[in-house]
Amino acid sequence: MKTQRTKIGSNRLAGPSRRKILGAAAAGAAAMAASPFWFNIARAAAETIKIGFPVPLTGPYGAEAKQQAACAQIAVDEFNAAGGFNGRMAELLVRDSKLNAGEAATRTLELIEKDKVDCVVGSLSAAVQLAVNNVTKTRKVLYVSISQSDQITAMPDYSRYTFHEALNPHMTAGAVARYVLPKFGKKVVFLTPDYAFGHELVNGYQAVGKELGLQMLDNVLAPIGATDFSTFFPRIQSLHPEVLIVNNFGRDQLNTLKQVASFGLNKQMHIAVSVLLYGQRLAGGPEIFEGVVGGSNYYWRLEDKVSSAKHFNAAYRKRNNGAEPSDYGAYGYAGTYAVLSGIKKAGGTDTEKLIAALEENRYDPYKGTEYFRKCDHQAVQSVLILEAKPKAKMSNQYDVFDIVEIDPADEKNLRSCAEEGHV
Amino acid sequence: MSPNFLLLQAFTGFALGAIYVLLAVGLALVFGLLTVINFAHGAMFAVGAYIGIFVFGLTGNFWISLVIVPLAVGGIGLVVERVLVRPLYGRGIDYPLLLTFGLSYVLLDLIRILWGKQGLPFDAPDALSGAVDIGIGYFPLYRLFLIALTAALLVGLWLFIDKTSYGLVIRAGARDPEIVRVLGIDIARVWLMVFGIGTGLAGLAGMLAAPLQGVFPEMGTPALMVAFVITVIGGMGSLVGAVVAGLLVGLAESFTAIFAPQFSQLSMYVIMVLVLLLRPQGLFGRAGLLG
Repeated sequence: MKTQRTKIGSNRLAGPSRRKILGAAAAGAAAMAASPFWFNIARAAAETIKIGFPVPLTGPYGAEAKQQAACAQIAVDEFNAAGGFNGRMAELLVRDSKLNAGEAATRTLELIEKDKVDCVVGSLSAAVQLAVNNVTKTRKVLYVSISQSDQITAMPDYSRYTFHEALNPHMTAGAVARYVLPKFGKKVVFLTPDYAFGHELVNGYQAVGKELGLQMLDNVLAPIGATDFSTFFPRIQSLHPEVLIVNNFGRDQLNTLKQVASFGLNKQMHIAVSVLLYGQRLAGGPEIFEGVVGGSNYYWRLEDKVSSAKHFNAAYRKRNNGAEPSDYGAYGYAGTYAVLSGIKKAGGTDTEKLIAALEENRYDPYKGTEYFRKCDHQAVQSVLILEAKPKAKMSNQYDVFDIVEIDPADEKNLRSCAEEGHV
Repeated sequence: MSPNFLLLQAFTGFALGAIYVLLAVGLALVFGLLTVINFAHGAMFAVGAYIGIFVFGLTGNFWISLVIVPLAVGGIGLVVERVLVRPLYGRGIDYPLLLTFGLSYVLLDLIRILWGKQGLPFDAPDALSGAVDIGIGYFPLYRLFLIALTAALLVGLWLFIDKTSYGLVIRAGARDPEIVRVLGIDIARVWLMVFGIGTGLAGLAGMLAAPLQGVFPEMGTPALMVAFVITVIGGMGSLVGAVVAGLLVGLAESFTAIFAPQFSQLSMYVIMVLVLLLRPQGLFGRAGLLG
């Protein structure tokens, strides 16, 4: 997919010539008094609000990244359709980070230096978002991350320019543990990708699991980039866990569940997935997901309870032939919505004023009211527990999950500010 | 640790090894007989998987795809050999290496343009889905099918090369192309055939791996790595070496997974380093093939 731009971008083409004329006019002594005033008005009207959006369109998380970008565009379109802010329209500049920290940092730097973006939203990967955050915080540019990470809201990675719209592994693991352990059993084996996201999830389970009586029989660390998980299965089977918790994400999640089902593990133990993905479920089909339980930030059926979900779904359906939006798509929408609503509240794109506005803002993009906790800028929000439906109970192709529990938005489900190193 | 657990672990490694053999055999064939290091092997693997999806989409039949894919990818291989590789014979081993390296990037981008960057799911046919009891535990039917198919392919390949007169010409051509040419045999046609068979096998492996890991444009990269490591361990150009090394790597990966799962994929590189230090021509390789 190529970069997406709104039509608003064409306004900028008028800029140089207008500026040239202004420059010539300014040189004339007769225009001296009037020109500075006139110049400002012309600039303000032409200046679009630019949001940089680096996401890994290429690679194993590509499907989720594409959704993030598509839904962020919806937020931008809605903002523009409502007249923008004081006539200033918004523009989304999507860049492909290729799931590579170096690539992401370079694209982000370009967005800031060359494209002069007002802020950056995006990223998908616990590791890559830290690279983006490093660039934005040294350049003092506001960044809203829309991918799970515990590290980004904690010291030393956190900065006052850093906001985190996505759930974090600690709250996700907590919600899944509170549902799964009492219901399915406390003897658990984890299958975990060997990088930041996986480690943070397991840390989350262990922190919450203390009170719930979690017995971790093993934590099988799979190498990143593994496509075949079969060699881990005999060991998992021999440990006889009550629950296998799969921490893999994206395409790896689907491959894992596919192989888990083909080896019949799902007949011997309960299968839970920490971040259960709507897109992977659609791609994988009902059979291999049947009965799998997992955590999520969003599922479209939330519209039965929440009116902002209904609005978001309708906007997505209209653009996508009746299809339903995904969990990670919703992050793209929410992160962009948070910034744009913040700009309205702040009365402009000045970064300091925007930070103050976002810290105060109560906003409801798609799942009920959220707010950024002051100490770490983590979005306090609910976590959904979903269960994959068997084929017989699906009413249409998008009707793939039941919402079996909602862990409410509550700061007590987050790590404390002190634990994260904030004074 | 129960004996059943160890047996199941060993069998899982064996099954994985069979898949690795399938990946490597085409590469080993082309290198052994043509001394061409085909860096586009991984890309052909991916092309095979995508053509498999395409044909499956048209026909809805896994078995028809299974026949068409090796023929189609083999056909692409014929064109590549005739148009791109042939002019480079006699110019040193690195010329075709660089050419196929570049070709792999072209093919990768062609796939991205034609089928998108996202990756597509691909399922085993219903007749081969599910798990069966093999006495020591349940094992997926599809993986058992892959073991059987790989064995059948290897036997077929061995019969063709070792027992037919065409195979005799191929072997003679690998040893001394000048003499074969003097005897009035069109050696260029033989090489064309071998390259076609090698790439056809890569394509077939890609389609067969698709139900295990899905289909995505970059799927050829790890496959190429595995194929190379196995070819180096087994001995450049040795088919027997590829089989032994493939199974060895599968078993090593499986047993490493018991003790240090995060290093399971590293095990094959450790074996490669040891082999290169102690027996640089590989377990079954002829010394001096690269000279």
